[in-house]
Amino acid sequence: MATVTTKPHAEPAVYVYEAPVRIWHWVNALSITLLAVTGYFIGSPLPTMPGEASDHFVMGYIRFVHFAAGYVLAIGFAGRFYWALVGNSHAREIFFHNILRKSYWSGLWHEIKWYLFLEKEPKAYTGHNPLAIFFMHWMFVWAVTFMIFTGFALYGEGAGYDSWQYTLFSSWIIPLMGQSQDVHTWHHLVMWVIVVFVIIHVYVAVREDIMSRQSIISSMISGWRSFKDARPPEDKDVN
Amino acid sequence: MTETFYDVMRRQGITRRSFLKFCSLTAAAMGLSPAYAAKIADAMENKPRIPVLWLHGLECTCCSESFIRSAHPLAKDVILSMISLDYDDTIMAAAGEQAEAIVDEVIEKHKGNYILACEGNPGLDEGATGGMSCIIAGKPYTEQLRRAAKDAMAIISWGSCASWGCVQAAKPNPTGATPIHKVPDIGNAPIIKVPGCPPIAEVMTAVITYMLTFERLPSLDRQGRPKMFYSQRIHDKCYRRPHFDAGQFVEKWDDESARKGYCLYKMGCKGPTTYNACSTIRWNGGLSFPIQAGHPCIGCSEDGFWDKGSFYDRLTTIKQFGIEANADDIGIGAATVVGGAVAAHAAISALKRTQSKGDQE
Repeated sequence: MATVTTKPHAEPAVYVYEAPVRIWHWVNALSITLLAVTGYFIGSPLPTMPGEASDHFVMGYIRFVHFAAGYVLAIGFAGRFYWALVGNSHAREIFFHNILRKSYWSGLWHEIKWYLFLEKEPKAYTGHNPLAIFFMHWMFVWAVTFMIFTGFALYGEGAGYDSWQYTLFSSWIIPLMGQSQDVHTWHHLVMWVIVVFVIIHVYVAVREDIMSRQSIISSMISGWRSFKDARPPEDKDVN
Repeated sequence: MTETFYDVMRRQGITRRSFLKFCSLTAAAMGLSPAYAAKIADAMENKPRIPVLWLHGLECTCCSESFIRSAHPLAKDVILSMISLDYDDTIMAAAGEQAEAIVDEVIEKHKGNYILACEGNPGLDEGATGGMSCIIAGKPYTEQLRRAAKDAMAIISWGSCASWGCVQAAKPNPTGATPIHKVPDIGNAPIIKVPGCPPIAEVMTAVITYMLTFERLPSLDRQGRPKMFYSQRIHDKCYRRPHFDAGQFVEKWDDESARKGYCLYKMGCKGPTTYNACSTIRWNGGLSFPIQAGHPCIGCSEDGFWDKGSFYDRLTTIKQFGIEANADDIGIGAATVVGGAVAAHAAISALKRTQSKGDQE
């Protein structure tokens, strides 16, 4: 078997993902999985149950898991946003980033070309690369925000007129989107947006872990970013 | 002096005992405490009847059909006498010039003190028919509506037509049918929406009774519907709800589950997204309502219910995608395409990597 030989070099590691970010990432991943599965079965329920209604609570349990996971997602997301304000610069990236910076767009273009196999080598980044930031922000942050708002609007319908969920969310979101049925449809559609995001996210994380110039998956477990070569990363002086 | 409601009732041979019974039943129907029965009786004994102009635009008259069937004890005899229904072209005796003169008379005589009840909606000039799809006394209905609305104390939008647009406003809406609150230059009178196709008879009569008794509008939600009847979904008070929670569904018409009266969710029931009082007040004097008769709710009191795809599909048809599709079809389609792209990309990546490794050696 052939072995790849590289020149001896220092491998600096940078502490990128602080503990709250890492914990949030995995809790969030679990709750999204639960939400997508239970949400699908709320829209298209399982085959009918035999016997007496009092012997079963299938939809009840499915909906309970959905609501509980929804609360975990929402509270986690709020905590994650708080951490974006008080945490390190990498915690801020997916929420706030300077889109007027030229290096963001040139980096984004470079990354697109790397994914189209037009570049021989990717650039190294301590945080997210610009393409990752783009997708994280537009396809994840906004989609999850949308799901939290519409989710609470739908929950408020069951919780009733006097509930804070109804007052804060249902009362204006339902008329804004048309009627309850429209809110359901949009909530359902954006679930699929997030499913598509997850497919891309998992694939890209694995691919980058193998093919990029820095660690990816292990960083979300340990928090440390290590590099496969000694050349400085692109975003060393930016953040 | 104008006759009071009580005078009218007595004149029609209704006993005081029946009158008081009606008052307490109306109080109960509106969710008021028993003490209010006396207040309702007092109001009816002392207040003059409020003149009502009941105009008909583009509609099917199902609201009137429902209204005259208000089967609450005495209601069908009494409610029509409670208000001074001065104009309603469907049920009034007068016709032609004589009938139309009443509209002008009421507007002049009771300026700012009459209720305008709208059944149906006008077709605006922007529609393909140029606002000529509904002509009353030789003029477009829009004109009559605007004139009557200007000096009204309040406007009641009866039914889904006046409230949301209903079937004539469904895509492509050739007549430019527009719900009352969206008609330009309609004036500033408060609008109460009483949606449904038709609305429940007792809901219609109760809304009027409330306004007479308390001389104010019932408390409305953000969309202008009386909270007392439209604050909960059919689903919230459905007697088949335990079957929903248990996961017991009718899978197809006439299956064992249908015979057992299981939840109609999978048959496209819109109960979970429909705000109305059918599952509590029910229809035909509290006899039944669609779900009790084994048919899913079609969501007739919701905005644009004709344009949400089949009545028998749970998930809304999304027409923007050209073919008939729902959220799941689109989502699974997108996930498959992206999944395929990811797999192809992975294969190319692996190939490239093997190549570049080969180059390094």
